[in-house]
Amino acid sequence: MIKLNLKKDSLRKVNELLQNLDQKSNDRSFKIINPDGNHAICAGLKEEMDVTIDGHVGYYCAGMNMKAAVTVNGNVGTGVAENMMSGSVHVKGNASQSAGATAHGGTLIVDGDTSSRCGISMKGIDIIVKGSVGHMSAFMAQSGNLVICGDAGDALGDSIYEAKIFIKGEPKSLGADCEKKSMNKKDQDLLKSLLKKASIDENQLTHFKMYGSARKLYNFNIDNVSEY
Amino acid sequence: MCGIVGLYLKNKKYKKDLGKFLTGMMNNMCTRGPDSAGFAIYSTERKKKYKYSICYNENNIKEIKKNLRKEIKDAKIKIISDHFVLETSLKPVKVISIIKSYDNLNLVGYGSSIEIFKQVGNPRDVVNNFSLKNFSGTHAIGHTRMATESAITTDGSHPYSTGEDECLVHNGSLSNHNNLRRTLKKKGIEIKSQNDTEVAAGYISNGLLNKKSLKDTLIDGLKDLDGFYTFISGTKNGLAIVRDEIACKPAVVAETKDYVAIASEFQAMAHLPNVNKAKIFEPEPGLVYSWGK
Repeated sequence: MIKLNLKKDSLRKVNELLQNLDQKSNDRSFKIINPDGNHAICAGLKEEMDVTIDGHVGYYCAGMNMKAAVTVNGNVGTGVAENMMSGSVHVKGNASQSAGATAHGGTLIVDGDTSSRCGISMKGIDIIVKGSVGHMSAFMAQSGNLVICGDAGDALGDSIYEAKIFIKGEPKSLGADCEKKSMNKKDQDLLKSLLKKASIDENQLTHFKMYGSARKLYNFNIDNVSEY
Repeated sequence: MCGIVGLYLKNKKYKKDLGKFLTGMMNNMCTRGPDSAGFAIYSTERKKKYKYSICYNENNIKEIKKNLRKEIKDAKIKIISDHFVLETSLKPVKVISIIKSYDNLNLVGYGSSIEIFKQVGNPRDVVNNFSLKNFSGTHAIGHTRMATESAITTDGSHPYSTGEDECLVHNGSLSNHNNLRRTLKKKGIEIKSQNDTEVAAGYISNGLLNKKSLKDTLIDGLKDLDGFYTFISGTKNGLAIVRDEIACKPAVVAETKDYVAIASEFQAMAHLPNVNKAKIFEPEPGLVYSWGK
């Protein structure tokens, strides 16, 4: 394992090293210490590698990630794994707002809570939050899955497209065009695989409810003409 | 954007380090607000003594000092950069009218506990100019500004103090401040600048004048103040933080057995002792949190 110390090396140097990892390199395990809330740590990684960050980090941690597996032993700021394409990000603490925003793929696991707008405009990512999420989570979520083991704040799934939300607790309120759906065998298998990814007991499965789009905002409704 | 920080000490352990800790917090927030900065320090009040933090701009301080001493017999004057702190036992009504009789003096804030300083320039230079690291006290608030609502001047800098021992820093902007400014002025609240935050500070002063607690005033503010904001407000008893209900403006709190640190971003507090063992959380939208005696 290669140790990188952000008290000694500049953030730019550390990120450049990780972003330009030689494809043939066998040294693919890194540990970053003293992150001290710095922003954009591990942003833009493109190769398979394991990076562990010991401590709390700032904004956009592991943003745009491809293939890499990033673990944070601490809390993360706004926009963790934003626009992730593939790979995985595991936050052992809490995440701030817009976790997994606009992400196309990969898996984001948060052991604690996330604040508002978790999975906003998500486009294919799987997000599993073991705690609760804040208001406006899965706002305009297009595809992918958001699993919430705790509760959700106001306006869950507002203007949602085809993403799926599984929640064990209760949403404080639902956003426009978000409704409860019944789960079929396919949905249950999907949830089972998501719970497995985050090492959550499969027996919990029955406690979850599923929410998705009522698809009423997809087309113009003449009855609403006076609203415009 | 703006960076806001606050530090409340729960015991005497770090009393002497308050200024040093706040210096680090403000330096780490330069990236959020590079054009001006300010801070308020609260220390244990001395009975029957009032401190007036005054900006003398580029005027002749020797002459001002001489004249003030003629009018206020027990005046103790401590000069720090372009500010001075006047300490006297004379009643505030009297002292404020004396200060107002000088064209070239701006009263930044006053009270039995608060000292308040603000200046245009990079926050690193500002905290150096005022030797913030040497201050001790019980709690403090700081601000690094990226101007949006009004010009880059000392008048436009935070913290704003519109009442005795009160101050407010703000990250965000208000959209109904002109209307509210008129309403508050009619109620007798003095608002000097065109800045939106000063109106919010005046709103809090008005609440406190009407015998409401700081917490209740901030709860009322959620209805009356239109815009987006994270506020940190201070009185001689402690600090409070509130975020609007949309909560676009960030805030993070770290609490240990010795202190409560509040900042826009965690990196502002990364240098504080034992912060990695602290209870760290984000204030929920629309909820008021307060710490104090």
